[in-house]
Parts: sequence; structure tokens; C-alpha cells
Amino acid sequence: MTGMIQRRETFLANIAKQLGRSPKTELPRPTWQYQPQDRVLKDATKDELVEILIKQCANIHTNIVISNTATLPEDLQDVVDKYGGQSVITWKDKRFQDYGLSALMNEQWPQANIQLYEWDSQQPEENIRQAEKANIGVTISEMTLAESGTAVLFSSKDRGRSISFLPEKSIIIIPKSTIVPRMTQAARWISEKIRQGEKIASCINFVTGPSNSADIEMILIVGVHGPIQATYIVIDDQ
Amino acid sequence: MAMKTSDDRFQQRVTKELDNQFMRRAVSSAQERFQTRRLQQAEELGHWEEWRSHGEEIRKHVLANLDYYLYQLSENVAKRGGHVFFAQTAQEATDYIQSIAKKKNAAKIVKSKSMVTEEINLNTALEALGCEVIETDLGEYILQVADHEPPSHIVAPALHKNKEQIRDVFKEKQGYSQTEKPEELALYVREKLRQEYLTADIGITGCNFAIAESGSITLVTNEGNADLVTALPKTQITVMGMERIVPTFEEMEVLVSLLTRSAVGQKLTSYITTLTGVKDEEDTDGPEEFHLVIVDNGRSAILGSEFQPILQCIRCAACVNACPVYRHVGGHTYGSIYSGPVGVVLSPLLGGYDDFKELPYASTLCGACTDACPVKIPLHQLIHRHRQVIVENEGKAPISEKLLMKAFGLGASSPTLYKMATKIAAPAMSPFTKNKTISKGPGPLKAWTEARDFPAPSKDSFRDWMKHRTKGGGQ
Repeated sequence: MTGMIQRRETFLANIAKQLGRSPKTELPRPTWQYQPQDRVLKDATKDELVEILIKQCANIHTNIVISNTATLPEDLQDVVDKYGGQSVITWKDKRFQDYGLSALMNEQWPQANIQLYEWDSQQPEENIRQAEKANIGVTISEMTLAESGTAVLFSSKDRGRSISFLPEKSIIIIPKSTIVPRMTQAARWISEKIRQGEKIASCINFVTGPSNSADIEMILIVGVHGPIQATYIVIDDQ
Repeated sequence: MAMKTSDDRFQQRVTKELDNQFMRRAVSSAQERFQTRRLQQAEELGHWEEWRSHGEEIRKHVLANLDYYLYQLSENVAKRGGHVFFAQTAQEATDYIQSIAKKKNAAKIVKSKSMVTEEINLNTALEALGCEVIETDLGEYILQVADHEPPSHIVAPALHKNKEQIRDVFKEKQGYSQTEKPEELALYVREKLRQEYLTADIGITGCNFAIAESGSITLVTNEGNADLVTALPKTQITVMGMERIVPTFEEMEVLVSLLTRSAVGQKLTSYITTLTGVKDEEDTDGPEEFHLVIVDNGRSAILGSEFQPILQCIRCAACVNACPVYRHVGGHTYGSIYSGPVGVVLSPLLGGYDDFKELPYASTLCGACTDACPVKIPLHQLIHRHRQVIVENEGKAPISEKLLMKAFGLGASSPTLYKMATKIAAPAMSPFTKNKTISKGPGPLKAWTEARDFPAPSKDSFRDWMKHRTKGGGQ
């Protein structure tokens, strides 16, 4: 459904008048004189980017585990144990299966009394109820920014926004192939999708570690409204 | 809270705030930390001047073509099912938002931090309808519980309060029984607000940058509150100052990189979120209804005027953190929700000279703000221009600059400013320093250094050097 637009004409006409011209309806894409963002980590190899990501994780209070497809179930289990197990909520995402996590999630966890809830687009209220009480939320990064230590998450009917915000602990799986130098590459990728006419996710989260605040006496508190602890698990998917 | 935060006269505010010892210590220590982190991040990033120039060219381009980009933005928001309301005045904005609250029978509204909603006095308008309005940013929540105290810093609104005072506020108002440890206070607020997000009828946010090409809005936070405010309630209202817009994701990225470094010295904050329209049909979280309210409220009058560059502002508060006057008097002295150099320029433009004519005199015109600005707003020149306009209109200055500087402790009798300015000079210059000479100076040094190298400031100021010398060898 198309939304309503109200009182646009006079508002924009006034702006044009203040700028001393008639309203503009067309504009070519600007060419910029400066483009400093392209130089950052320009020549870094994928392995160098992983090193930068590891270092940055120390600055953003995030635990990072370097794993591969063979050891991923074991490594994920370790982190879940460290976070006290109990209950896990995940996206409904075929990639968990592709990464060899089916046995762990669907067999081992129930046996170990770890409750697993998979996001279900048919059950809106249950999703929020489960996300609110889950101890751990597990998501997957679409693109990962080495410079800032940032995972990019796209929402969809199977990938609820709340999973990376409501549980106390957040685990984000980072396929090594998704690692790029910085936000520049992610922004270009998304911009390109838009130019191609693709519908972008209604919510795109650039997540950099757990939530935090320095609002009280400038003292850093890790863990405010979002997760209190966060772990990235990098898997070699290439 | 409207623009204006105090009915006291300017001189009374200065005297009162200069007596607030905790505030003054907190402010100077905060300024130092913000500044150090910003400079570290700028240096680590490299080519900072080029980044600033890019930020500046983006902002200038957007302002010169603002009608085009707002048109594109509104079309794209509507395509994704969102409603757009263009509000010429604060009243039009609050009337519209009130009408939504009524339609939704809203009892509870959660909000994430937004300066423009403060500017248009939105909370009062919603409370007048009987809605409960809850601020969710930790600092803003503290101030709200403390009987709606005004913010004293654009980025760290509760900077003037210490943890014991915060503990007492929660104890007195809500029966809080734990200690003053910041972690305990934060955990208490986390649990308290969790229930509010889950039961609120409407979520209200500000907007760091709207993206014209997609109709998205970008929110920059560390606490995660904005994400819960937009993921859980069924209706989302976003209020944006009309100039807070970029052409595409690519420019958003550049400005966010400048904003997070300049505001808090982080490469990125914990959460940068772009939200586009209403949730998709089968999504189970996110808003079913989305309203974008685009506010003019005096901004268009600045367009095309000599003050237009202030609309480049991305609200990072780097100028606030660099200002020697803010350091001495703190945020409340300005009597406006916008404090520091940006507040000095913006408050008289949006709120009128009648209420804010003294503010342009709350400046030494030292230019530290201009050098700190990530989008190169010539702040001290705009402040100076305000003074000229005021004198042209009134025939005289409303306040004696000399007396004011003395009150701030910045007169010749006090070495404070001198000490601070010289101490800041060495680290501030370091990105441009090679072999103890400056080859590419920022701001006022630029023209000079284009022709020759300028000797770098010594790491020891002359006064420090004298002190050590006297201590070491003189006695």
C-alpha cells in the first residue's frame, strides 16, 4: 500500500524560493571532488582483514572465535556453554543447515536441555515472547566490516529484528567471504541493489559489538538496552 | 521541553553554573576525553582533512538541492507504505503527531533520543493528551525522571549529574534500592524499560540521516534503545529536521563515519540502523504503520542567508567539546537545548534574538569549534556575524564582552584559557606535524602554511616549561 504525502508542495516551493530558484525535479548524480574512503585498507588481503577484525573486537568488547566448517558445531557449543546455555533463539535460515549445525541444534541441544526456538513468521506474538525470554540470540552476517568490527544483518519474515536485540547474549556467525574493509563497501553494495530496483530489507542493522553507554559520568557501561555480551564466530566458507 | 530551557537571565545562569563545582569538573574531564578520542580516531583513519572536505561537499550539495532530495525521499517512503507529513511549524508537527496518537488511542509512547522533538516540545503536546511518554536513552531517561531537567550536552545529556545524584533521583522517584555503581543503575533501567517497549502503542525516533534514494532513515546509537523503539510498537513516528538528508547510502556512510568519530571517538557506534518504510508484509516485528514528519520550524529562513552553513551540522557536538567557554559554564548556561558553539549559532536563528541575543557573546572567537567541525562549518565566523547583526539592530551590544570574559574566568587575570589553548595546540596539530614543523595547517594556519612551514607548538607550554625550570634549577 502506498503511503500518503501531505503538504509537500508549499513546503518544497518555499525551500526553492529561499534558494532563489524554481523547484528542482531532476538532478544528475553528483560527482564528488574528494573520495577518501576508497583508500582505507585498500590493499589488505582477506587474511589481513581477519587480523584487523580480531584486533578491533578487543576495542568493542566482543569475543571473537576463528572457526571453520568442520569445527563450527563444537565452537558454537563452547560459546553457548560459556553463556550459560538455557535457551537459544535463531533465525529460520537454511544457512545453519549448510554450515553443518542441524545435528547440534536439533538433536544435541534438546538432549542437553537447551531450548531452541526458530523464528516463525506464522507466530508473531510467540516470536517476541520467545526472543524476550531467550538467553542467547544467533544470527548471520551478510557483510562484515573489518575496520569497525561490524556485522550487517538484513531483516525478513524469517529473520526477525528482535533476535539481535532482546536476548542478553548475541552470537553472530561471520562467513569469512563476507569480510570487507569498511562500511564503504557495504553502502555501495546496498546502493547498487537499490539502483537495480531491488527491494532492500525494511531493517538493516550494522551491529558493532554489544550495547553500551557512557551516559553516567562518562564511565563506559557494556550492556544497556540491547545485548550485554557478544561473540563473533568467523567461519572459513571459501 | 522547547528550545528555551530557562527563564533566568543570562548573567544569572552564568553565575549559578560557575558555582557548580561537580558540573565544571565533569565538563572539563568529559571535554578532554571526547577530544582525545576524536583526535586519535582522526589520526588513525588518516587523510582527515580530506574526509572533512568530503563531508562538507556532501552537506553543501544537499542544502543546495534540498527540495529535490526531500521530494525523492517522500516518494520513496510512500512507495514502501510510509506516510510523510511536511510540517512548516512546530505546531503543525505536534498537531499531526497528536492526531496519530488520538487515532491509535495511544496510552504509552516510547521515544529514542531526538533533539528535534525537544525543539518542537513534542512530549508536552503528547502528555497534554494524557499519553505517557517515556524517553529510553539512558541519559534522557535520567533527566526525565529527575522532573524533566534540561539536557546539558547534545550527545551526553546528563553530563552535569554525578552517579550519586542519579541514584538519589531513582531512589526518591521510583524506590530504587541499589548502589550508585553505573552498571547497577544501567541494569535497573534496562529491566524497567524492557516492559515499556513491549507494551508501548507508539515508538517515536529522531533521524540522523534520511536517505533519499531509498526512503530510509538512519539511526545512530550505542544503547540499542532506538532499535527496540522501532521493532516492537505497532506504530512508528520519525521526526526529522528537514536538512538531515543525504542522496544515497554511500553519502550516509561517509557522514556516519565522520559523526561517530567526531561525537564519541568510535569507528562506528554499536548500532547503525537503516529503516525503510513499514515492515514487510510477512515480517513479524517492525512497525505496521510508519509516519515520517519533516520539520522546517525556521530552517528555511536560514537557507539562502549568510547563516546557511549551520544547516550542514550533523549534531556531533565536536564543537561543544572543543569550546573553552562551554568548558567553564557548562550546557545549562546557554538556556537552550542546543548548547556550545552550534547552540550559539542555531538558537538565535531558530528561537529568535529576543531570547538568545547574549549567546553570541558566550564565545572567545578562538576558532577551536571551526577546526573541530567534521563538516567544516565556519562556526566562529557565524558567531561573529551574529554579533554584528545584533549591534546593527540594537545599536549596541547587549552585554559587555569584557565583563563576560572576566566572569567566565577567561580574562587576562586568569591563565586558564591560555593554559588550555596551548596544551590543546600540540595534540591538535599532531596530524599535520612532520619533523616538528607544520606543513599543512588547518583553518587559519592554512594560507600561511601553503607558502611556508610553521614551527610546531612545543609539547611543553612555556608556562609548564617555566614551572619545571623554576622547580628544578631555580631554588
